[in-house]
Amino acid sequence: MSRIATVFDKLHQYNRKALIPFITAGDPNPAITVTLMNELVKAGADIIELGIPFSDPMADGPTIQRSSERALKHRVGLKDVFNIVSDFRVANTDTPIVLMGYANPVEAMGQDKFLVMAKEAGVDGVLVVDYPPEECAEWVKSLGRHKIDAIFLVSPTTLETRIEKITNMAQGYVYYVSLKGVTGSSNIDLSEVTSKLTQLRSHIRIPIVIGFGIHDVVTAKILADLADGVIVGSWIIEEIEKSTTTEILKNISRLTRDLRNAIDATNI
Amino acid sequence: MKIYDLPDRFGHFGPYGGVFVAETLISALEELRAQYEYYRNDINFQKEFSYELKHYVGRPSPIYHAKRWSADLGGAQILLKREDLNHTGAHKINNTIGQALLARRMKKPRIIAETGAGQHGVASATVAARYGMECTVYMGSEDIKRQATNVYRMKLLGATVVSVKSGSRTLKDALNEAMRDWVTNVENTFYIIGTVAGPHPYPMMVRDFQTIIGREAKLQMQEEYGHQPDALIACVGGGSNAMGLFYPYIDDASVRMIGVEAAGCGIETGQHAATLMTGKPGVLHGNRTYLIQNEDGQITETHSISAGLDYPGVGPEHAWLKDINRVEYVGITDDEALAAFHALCRYEGIIPALESSHALAYAAKLAPTLSQEKLLLVNLSGRGDKDMDTVIQATGTAL
Repeated sequence: MSRIATVFDKLHQYNRKALIPFITAGDPNPAITVTLMNELVKAGADIIELGIPFSDPMADGPTIQRSSERALKHRVGLKDVFNIVSDFRVANTDTPIVLMGYANPVEAMGQDKFLVMAKEAGVDGVLVVDYPPEECAEWVKSLGRHKIDAIFLVSPTTLETRIEKITNMAQGYVYYVSLKGVTGSSNIDLSEVTSKLTQLRSHIRIPIVIGFGIHDVVTAKILADLADGVIVGSWIIEEIEKSTTTEILKNISRLTRDLRNAIDATNI
Repeated sequence: MKIYDLPDRFGHFGPYGGVFVAETLISALEELRAQYEYYRNDINFQKEFSYELKHYVGRPSPIYHAKRWSADLGGAQILLKREDLNHTGAHKINNTIGQALLARRMKKPRIIAETGAGQHGVASATVAARYGMECTVYMGSEDIKRQATNVYRMKLLGATVVSVKSGSRTLKDALNEAMRDWVTNVENTFYIIGTVAGPHPYPMMVRDFQTIIGREAKLQMQEEYGHQPDALIACVGGGSNAMGLFYPYIDDASVRMIGVEAAGCGIETGQHAATLMTGKPGVLHGNRTYLIQNEDGQITETHSISAGLDYPGVGPEHAWLKDINRVEYVGITDDEALAAFHALCRYEGIIPALESSHALAYAAKLAPTLSQEKLLLVNLSGRGDKDMDTVIQATGTAL
């Protein structure tokens, strides 16, 4: 069984929900990322989404774009990202790592080389934001050959016919974008999320996690209860931005622990 | 000869083009694709579009024989397709009218646009005023500094100009920001992309609206010269004026087509925007095309004296036309473009845009190598009034 499936299996047994923090590899500097990942796990992260820095992250909001820019100041490229994952794997062989990024860095390296290096480093899933199902049939087959999960986004505007198409290609989990807009926006419409999730459940057999726009523990708890887990990105990155270098680990650890406690609470 | 009929229904030009966007944008693009598919075949839509082009833009734009300049160059005759005479001073308005008419039919009261030099921003603000729509234009903060007059023009026309401070703070970042606005406000907002790039259907749709240039040219050449030109020459940033001129000629193998990219300070300096000459295929702004990028696949900063050519990508149809060798792509430096700019001012009494000056400069190189009965049709895509400050600075002129 893949690491991702194992994690969700275990969570399911104990009736718990997945906490998936997102950080950008190399933000604010490449030296801190592995330590930060270990802190996230200690504080309660079940899976880590690791962003591949890109100069033009069109689907992301300003917060995540700035995190990419900070990493790119240190010239963090894909090889550095794989080194980070390998270093993390030295001490941790259980926590799944999902890489999230854009097509161009992957294609510049070459899809095959990317997959060989990703597998070798210990990557479990890959989400290429600007590869919708229509444009990536071959890519998903290659991911399958390397036993890496193909993670896909579903949005509030995704029509039922497309959900079917995505379901046929998605592995690991499906990432439900809880609002219209870019990462880090606000205004989640809870009734819309609830009805959309009911629709998704009727098609999708793998876990569904929710992300985009979680900025408080109450929302995190509500969304986690509706789905199989939550992804928190912009909020964590804002905290990294606000913290001095010496405070980052402590502050991110506290934030992650708060999220964990909220999600695990029987009621709030 | 095989009839050229691209893109396919998924927006592919060979391996290029397509829809490389996040899931959040898919339904908006699908709606746009379906609506455009309907209206491109709708007689009333086409009638209104033609009416606006005639009465508001002032089309057809004439073909003008640059006799004195041609004689001085001592070779082929240089003909100019006068897009600079359009309302707002460039070809950009052809496309913004088409897209605004579509936005109205799609019941979107708000339009947004990205702009580099400000020409597409002005053309978008213009049609927004013309049709009573709300308009927001995204512009890199660096470009705002370089193009203050155009910013003022947009404001006069009632548009809100948003300064984009992310990334390199230029056109590509303005495009990212406009996409973000669109994905957030898609219910009431229509995104008018200014060039033949972006996800399908934009490259096809913008091309279609701009083909008025080439369709007119074909008729005018036949009428006035009895035959078609030997070569077409147009500048290529994103490539909309070039696609507009080239497209109706693609199946006519006797007509040579030359796209002129910005070689900036020289290709060898790395300070340029010659995407097709030096770039590698990749994915940016919703389509696969040639890109100026580093070995990590990060998009790198470009340079051109002409803000309208200062873009690290290029329309996917140009990428395909390069690969199948139907269009030749060449480079012209800042200095060569400036020389052509001055030549046209002095020999013909026409102040060309710096973008168009790149096409003129290549014509000036090519003409002397050809005999006098040969005809070169250059797309004079815009007028140079907007470039006064840049030229004053570049030439160190004291007023």
